[in-house]
Amino acid sequence: MTDVTAGRGFAASSNDAPALKVRGYWRTVGYRLRYDHVTLFFALVIVLIALSAIFAPLLAPFDPLKTSMAYRLKPVGFRNFLLGTDELGRDMFSRLIYGGRMSLLMGLTPVALATVIGGTLGVVAGFVGGGINMLIMRTIDVFYAFPSVLLAVAISGTMGGGMSNGLIALTLVFIPPLCRIAETATTQVRGLDFVEAARASGAPTRSIIVHHVLGNVLAPVFIYASSLISVAILLAAGLSFLGLGVEPPTPDWGLMLSTLRQAIYVQPYVCALPGLAIFITSLSFNLVSDGLRQAMDVRI
Amino acid sequence: MKADASVLRGRPKLDAVPPGDPRDRGGKIQPMLVVNGLRKYFPVRGGLFNRRTGSVRAVDDVSFVVLKGETLGIVGESGCGKSTLARLLMHLIPKDAGELIFDGEGVGEAHGLTLTELRRSMQLVFQDSYSSLNPRLPVEDSIAYGPRVHGMSRAQAKEVARELLEKVGLNPGLFGSRYPHELSGGQKQRVNVARALALSPRMLILDEAVSALDKSIGAQVLNQLRYLKRHFNLTYVFISHDLNVVQYLSDRVLVMYLGQVVEIGPVEAIYTRAKHPYTRALLSSRLSMNPDDRIDEAPLAGDPPNPSNPPSGCRFRTRCPCAEDVCAAKMPTIGTWVDRFSHLAACHMEDATSGHSRAGRAPAAAALDRAIAVPANL
Repeated sequence: MTDVTAGRGFAASSNDAPALKVRGYWRTVGYRLRYDHVTLFFALVIVLIALSAIFAPLLAPFDPLKTSMAYRLKPVGFRNFLLGTDELGRDMFSRLIYGGRMSLLMGLTPVALATVIGGTLGVVAGFVGGGINMLIMRTIDVFYAFPSVLLAVAISGTMGGGMSNGLIALTLVFIPPLCRIAETATTQVRGLDFVEAARASGAPTRSIIVHHVLGNVLAPVFIYASSLISVAILLAAGLSFLGLGVEPPTPDWGLMLSTLRQAIYVQPYVCALPGLAIFITSLSFNLVSDGLRQAMDVRI
Repeated sequence: MKADASVLRGRPKLDAVPPGDPRDRGGKIQPMLVVNGLRKYFPVRGGLFNRRTGSVRAVDDVSFVVLKGETLGIVGESGCGKSTLARLLMHLIPKDAGELIFDGEGVGEAHGLTLTELRRSMQLVFQDSYSSLNPRLPVEDSIAYGPRVHGMSRAQAKEVARELLEKVGLNPGLFGSRYPHELSGGQKQRVNVARALALSPRMLILDEAVSALDKSIGAQVLNQLRYLKRHFNLTYVFISHDLNVVQYLSDRVLVMYLGQVVEIGPVEAIYTRAKHPYTRALLSSRLSMNPDDRIDEAPLAGDPPNPSNPPSGCRFRTRCPCAEDVCAAKMPTIGTWVDRFSHLAACHMEDATSGHSRAGRAPAAAALDRAIAVPANL
């Protein structure tokens, strides 16, 4: 419509029209998130879990490692044990709080590392193209040949158990999909005219990648990565369950689930608690990632 | 001047280059851009190990001159190499052969113009107004990006962007902070023009700049382009398949067929006394404003030949009504360009020594038109 009113070199309606409120990109995202109550609620849940994990020593009523033969497998609400006790008589509530530390660490670290490594590889492969692309992407394809769980088990199995090996295994599992996402998005963006236009304005490659490619590539990569956090928590739990991740007696949700499963007929509710914690955490991360995806897409 | 009076009276009228323009090096007579023997063959790969099995001759030995202050229209069918030519001029794709001389300085040569300098002086407006703007940048930032790259401060670049938005007819307060998806096609194309002007170039290449817009919006953008040309003292290379738009905007016209220049001359001469049979066919394919003047038969049958395997001799001979043996035997040359009134065509009928039966006495326009297409209602 404005095309009709726009004169030769003059903005026709410049005086009476109010200026649009100038809002930066992140401001816009924040503005949208403010009205997304579901995302906000689950973001709050994540914050609470994170805070309780960080301040675990202050919050936990008992020592998470202190065993007691007398109080084995007590139900929820038994005396001072808010959520009961496990098969060695350790306080479940304290162990769950401490276990959150391990689970968040196992969930966030591999995803963050894989985002940086896989994202960089993908952007380079997509932007440079040619032989470099072939080299990177075919290597990545080799990892795709294995199911992710099997790959994680195989890697940490070869390197031996332990937390750091579990972290490395998970990172390696997440690099291929993130690299693939970044490569696809970069290849798509690179062919668009605005990248050509940026080149035509004499911009160096680094500036083009930073200002024009990353902005369009980071959003899908970031969104996919945030959905991987819950997968990472589950995979980490799975590794611990198999005895390849965290070693006992360190409290970890997956490990707790593994050891308590033998007592499922004795104390079903207590045994389900670590699973519930994993479920709530991964659900929160999934929903928040979904909300972020909607808020971050300027085209919606 | 050797040119006849009728040409002098009508267009081309060249806008004077102000004597004070500090960027002007060679003076008025020095052409803005000289293109010499430009060539781009795209490889066709296939077979074992992705070998090069052939090449598409997108731009094949193209030479022309763009004068200061003029609008050179480039017309041709889809796939004749117009857009490849635009990208070659901007050095967005590497050329295989040929040289470019911008205002007397060789581009990319020792002691010549560097690519960065060329890109400051020459800018491109893309056809697709949607994909040529970064969807994640407010249009103001898209315009300010070029000056920022060339070292302007953030505030200054923003100021430039807002001024340019106003110049292209968009209220900066209203549109500056918008994202491309919040603008209409015409508004986006205006932003694209503003972005191209942000480096204050001396020459603008408009690659089908109004083709994607509907007629009324396209007309407004065209008028805006005319205004900007006067205002900023620009030189245009206007690429389009729309003959009417080219006639409206251009001082001189260059006709391309299958990667080669077939005819070049002042717009009036091309549109009234076209020499090359292809140009005549193109012009007779234009729709008339009068609904009674119908074209029931296409003036040209078939598609252009495959550019990876062009016909021998004259590339147009497979579709030319006047083709003879000589056309298959040798390639016609376009002759020597003298000045802006030169009207040249790469056709054997124009060359008295070529051996074509009609050489040197090109048929009257009407007779040739009949040979090409007979309107059904006559």
